[in-house]
Amino acid sequence: MVTRRDFLKGAVAAGVGSTATGAAARETRKVPETAVGLLYDATLCVGCKACVAACKEANGNPPEFSTKEQLWDTPLDTSAYTFNLIKVYQNGTMQTKDAEKDGYAFMKTSCMHCADPSCVSACPVSAMTKHPVTGIVSYDPDKCIGCRYCVFACPFGIPKFQYDSPTGKIGKCELCRHRYKEGRYSACAEVCPTGATLFGRTVDLLAEAKRRLSLQPGSVTTFPRGRLGEAAVPGVKWREEPDQRYEAEVGRYVPHIYGEREYGGTQVLKLSGVPFEKVGMPKLPPYSSAATSETIQHTLYGGLIMPIAVLGLLTWRAKRTVPTEEEAEKNEGESA
Amino acid sequence: MNAHLKPAPVGGPLLNAVTLTAGVLVAVMLAIVAIRFIYGLGAVTHLNDGYPWGIWIAVDVVIGSAFACGGFSVALLVYIFNRGEYHPLVRPALLASLFGYTLAGVAVIIDLGRWWNVWNIFNPWTVNVHSVMFEVAICITAYIIVMWLEFAPTFFEKFGLTEAKRRLSKVMFLLVALGILLPMMHQSSLGTLLVVAGEQIHPLWQTPLLPALYLLTAIAMGYAVVLFESCLASAGYRRSIELHLLTPLAKVMLGVLLAYLIVRVGDVLVRGALPLAFSLSLEAFFFWLEMALFLLPFFLIGTEEQRRHPARLFLGGIALLLAASLLRLNSFLIAYQTVIGVDTVGVNYRYFPSLAEIMVTVGMFAIEVLGYIIITRRFPVLPRGEVHA
Ligand code: SF4
Ligand code: SF4
Ligand code: SF4
Repeated sequence: MVTRRDFLKGAVAAGVGSTATGAAARETRKVPETAVGLLYDATLCVGCKACVAACKEANGNPPEFSTKEQLWDTPLDTSAYTFNLIKVYQNGTMQTKDAEKDGYAFMKTSCMHCADPSCVSACPVSAMTKHPVTGIVSYDPDKCIGCRYCVFACPFGIPKFQYDSPTGKIGKCELCRHRYKEGRYSACAEVCPTGATLFGRTVDLLAEAKRRLSLQPGSVTTFPRGRLGEAAVPGVKWREEPDQRYEAEVGRYVPHIYGEREYGGTQVLKLSGVPFEKVGMPKLPPYSSAATSETIQHTLYGGLIMPIAVLGLLTWRAKRTVPTEEEAEKNEGESA
Repeated sequence: MNAHLKPAPVGGPLLNAVTLTAGVLVAVMLAIVAIRFIYGLGAVTHLNDGYPWGIWIAVDVVIGSAFACGGFSVALLVYIFNRGEYHPLVRPALLASLFGYTLAGVAVIIDLGRWWNVWNIFNPWTVNVHSVMFEVAICITAYIIVMWLEFAPTFFEKFGLTEAKRRLSKVMFLLVALGILLPMMHQSSLGTLLVVAGEQIHPLWQTPLLPALYLLTAIAMGYAVVLFESCLASAGYRRSIELHLLTPLAKVMLGVLLAYLIVRVGDVLVRGALPLAFSLSLEAFFFWLEMALFLLPFFLIGTEEQRRHPARLFLGGIALLLAASLLRLNSFLIAYQTVIGVDTVGVNYRYFPSLAEIMVTVGMFAIEVLGYIIITRRFPVLPRGEVHA
């Protein structure tokens, strides 16, 4: 079978550029060693939405209403004013938690902080950037031109634009990087009462996720809350926190760590009892479309070799066929 | 008839039913655009969190600029493939391109949510050279400038600036070369824009060959637009039609179309996406509609005999323009679905343009018609044709 990737290599050489420069395909980037992120464990989530409220507060976002009464913050999806949302999966009688049939389950939706983010590759003005150390994908409204290419590109539908304002901005989770200087980490993880959302280094989170998957469902184990491990972001010292660990039963997981490989890896990882596609997490290949797109661009425009070569060819032809005014007049005189 | 007759203004009144209607439509558009800048994009468009791009991008910019490929396609033929006989077509085609592209540029600004930051695209400290959008923006801007320069002799002629005209003519070959390279770059990149969206574009359209598909159809559209425009100008201004040029030009167009179809069909087959075309879905329907339109020109102007009928050339041109436009509309809007909300969780987003959005697109078209009429009647653009009695 031809994979998309193999196909790309052949296609680019054969179809687009007859004089392909042989530029190497740009591989999907990896999550930085020192990257930070979140681990969301749907089996621990009780759907209290404390994280949704905390996220709003931490980012100064207004409530959004989807009901007539407009009493509570009730967004149906993440938006430019809602960076984090707990969505509910419902099936049949909705009796059992984390069961695919006749059950219900929760799923957190927020930026995945991709290893090789489409939003960053798309943005023409570097308003979306990925930090080389923390890997946090952040947004700078002073650079942003509001083209919404990042919205179009993100495979998780995360960046959203404020269409209701003449000076609208993009809104998305930036992993609460603005709180680090106070020694505080992601608000959603900080408030989570069950540790369903954990903050930490992605390598540590991945190890924790693997540990959970290796345990016997129904057995008892210790779950951390808030922050996992002491590893800090450079220049940041986390606030002292009491030991928040607690014991609970291990859930029934689907044997898959979402984000370990999806799109080349993401810094936010997820565990679930219900297959991920059913809870709104898309099935994605193990590489990023940013790599595909940039491979095409680099093949065609790398070092401007092809454009310059083509321009040279065109100029050489045009020099012979485009008459200057003197030549045009001379020709006219001759043909008359 | 001498093919090398100098172009001349058509003359005649500027105020008539067509220009008046166009004027009203432009006024409506300006009012809507004013509201958009005062209250934001949401006040007039149906754009939403699932569809960040609507018809202002897909139609006004992507399709609009492809309609404006006449100048570049004809220049390619005349100056690169040295087919001097098509020379009379250069100026009118270039004019249409100039207008089309300038308007596409304006359309981009109207759609930009933070337009006052647009200079960041030209700021070496902020640009992201890996972004396809960056490449499109730079090339379109450069091309608009190059085209204005290419067209400047027409204005110089009108205002008697002979010295400026003479100087410009010395570097014209370079402008012509750039005027071919730049649209090749950004017309293909308009297709590449979709690649980064990955699985969000339906597999019938998502392919790394998108740049090739967009480039080939842009070139073909360039010839189609010349067929369309020449027939229309002859009818509208009651001038004799340049059949001796259009008949062979139509053949060139079919050649490019054939190359496109080979790449397009081959790609769908190799990627194994064809079965999806036989599913009961909106995407499948639009795929077949697009394919049917692409095949239509072969039935309309497939034979030499058919290509001698102005009406058929006109229809053949229209069929190709519709087909290539649908390819763009399909790949940017019909084929696009942001992945969140595909199952029981989340929102299923829908997009259909608002009346205001449509009126802005219509207004853009009206500006083009208006500009074309004013310029051809007052400036030496169209080949001097014998006016029918
Ligand atoms: S989830 Fe979307 S917004 Fe977040 S880093 Fe990945 S591509 Fe960017
Ligand atoms: S909307 Fe802003 S952040 Fe998003 S791609 Fe465009 S310029 Fe970049
Ligand atoms: S890290 Fe901060 S911004 Fe991101 S979802 Fe959690 S609370 Fe919201």
